[in-house]
Amino acid sequence: MATWDWQVFCKDTIDGEIVPRCFGRGGDITYLDWMLSAWGWTMSVALLSLVVALVAGSLVGILRTTPNRGFVWFGNAWTELFRNIPLLVQIFLWYHVIPAIFTPLRGLPSFILVVFALGFFTSARISEQVKAGIQSLPRGQRYAGLAMGLTLPQTYRYVLLPMAFRIVIPPLTSESMNIVKNSSVAFAVSIAELTMFAMQAQEETSRGVEIYLAVTLLYFVSAFAINRIALFIENRVRVPGMIGGGR
Amino acid sequence: MLANLDFSFLNWQVISSFIAKGFLFSIQLTLIAMVGGIALGTLLALMRLSSKPWLVWPAAAYVNTLRSIPLVMVILWFFLLIPMLIGRPMGAELSAIITFTIFEAAYYSEIMRAGIQSVPKGQVHAGYAVGMTYRQTMQLVVLPQAFRNMLPVLLTQTVILFQDTSLVYAIGAYDLLKGFEVAGKNFNRPVETYLVAAVVYFVICFSLSMLVRRLQQKIQIIR
Repeated sequence: MATWDWQVFCKDTIDGEIVPRCFGRGGDITYLDWMLSAWGWTMSVALLSLVVALVAGSLVGILRTTPNRGFVWFGNAWTELFRNIPLLVQIFLWYHVIPAIFTPLRGLPSFILVVFALGFFTSARISEQVKAGIQSLPRGQRYAGLAMGLTLPQTYRYVLLPMAFRIVIPPLTSESMNIVKNSSVAFAVSIAELTMFAMQAQEETSRGVEIYLAVTLLYFVSAFAINRIALFIENRVRVPGMIGGGR
Repeated sequence: MLANLDFSFLNWQVISSFIAKGFLFSIQLTLIAMVGGIALGTLLALMRLSSKPWLVWPAAAYVNTLRSIPLVMVILWFFLLIPMLIGRPMGAELSAIITFTIFEAAYYSEIMRAGIQSVPKGQVHAGYAVGMTYRQTMQLVVLPQAFRNMLPVLLTQTVILFQDTSLVYAIGAYDLLKGFEVAGKNFNRPVETYLVAAVVYFVICFSLSMLVRRLQQKIQIIR
């Protein structure tokens, strides 16, 4: 096998010259600059999708536990729809099909479309977990809330959800890590994120091993960082007296 | 506001010449990766549950590493590394089959580990007590029960695997999605073909999930 050549990251992306100190100046960029910006895109896609997924997933998950059959049906349909189509196909749907059918959406940047694609895809998984979290609470809690004269939304807001969300933090953590990994599929619609960078830089420099290693490491670091943040949140909001509360 | 959609170009000839080939490859990839992944995954699970650190450690490293890398990157890695190791280029399809078998083994192994752990310890002791070797105990007593307990989960993972096969797009292998894409490009109808592709994937995955759910209920009754 050939020897390592880590200097590839210091090369200018246009003329291939090695730039001193590795960072390009005055509009020129090196592969290192490119990779860091790609990391930024990966994290932006992942974090914004996570917001979309948490909002949509929580809402759908809650709907699926309400006594209203129409809501339950809608929630189930949503979950099955977004869970049974491959993420890549969903991204193509958002990118090619939706703007073509709903013409007013044509001006939307592909970044926004990918965020919704990945967000809604993940929302199906999150809705399952939120639903399971709410259903894991003793039924008496809901009845107690209603018997106290709280409306159904109030029962959710003050009784069920504060507990349910704490219960589902661990599975949501792994979903958040998955979303970083899944954001790699955005390469298919030319978002300049890490996987896209890896593919293009590999082709241009033929130093695939070094570039893939660096990109893989960045994915590791990102997922690990999210894991730590989630653990921090989990510890901050834990309820004393619950299993796992007194860790 | 709505654009005109025209599906009339999708006749049998188009389906058999563009899409059938991709569909067959997707099925082939799914089945090989499932069988190979479960076999390798079971082996990894047994290694992780053994009492010897030199078996536990490499298996854990294998599983945890693959589980924390995006599948697309794994596909790219293998497509880059296999030709380097064997010294000649390898087709995208074969590379995909090897990648998916090795990658899915990491996920199947976690399922099998849970399955093996779900078998009561007394079963293992009973196996040893009647004079069975480790191999016999596993093969005849523990693994059959672990498989049955985990069958729904293994199949659910296979549905996910089928969905993931679309990611071979990254190395240009000709799978179901690619078949639709090529047909769409040829007839300049990409919107329609992506839409049909989504419907086909949905119908396949949804009906498989329904079957798994039914199987789960059946198994629950037997237990």
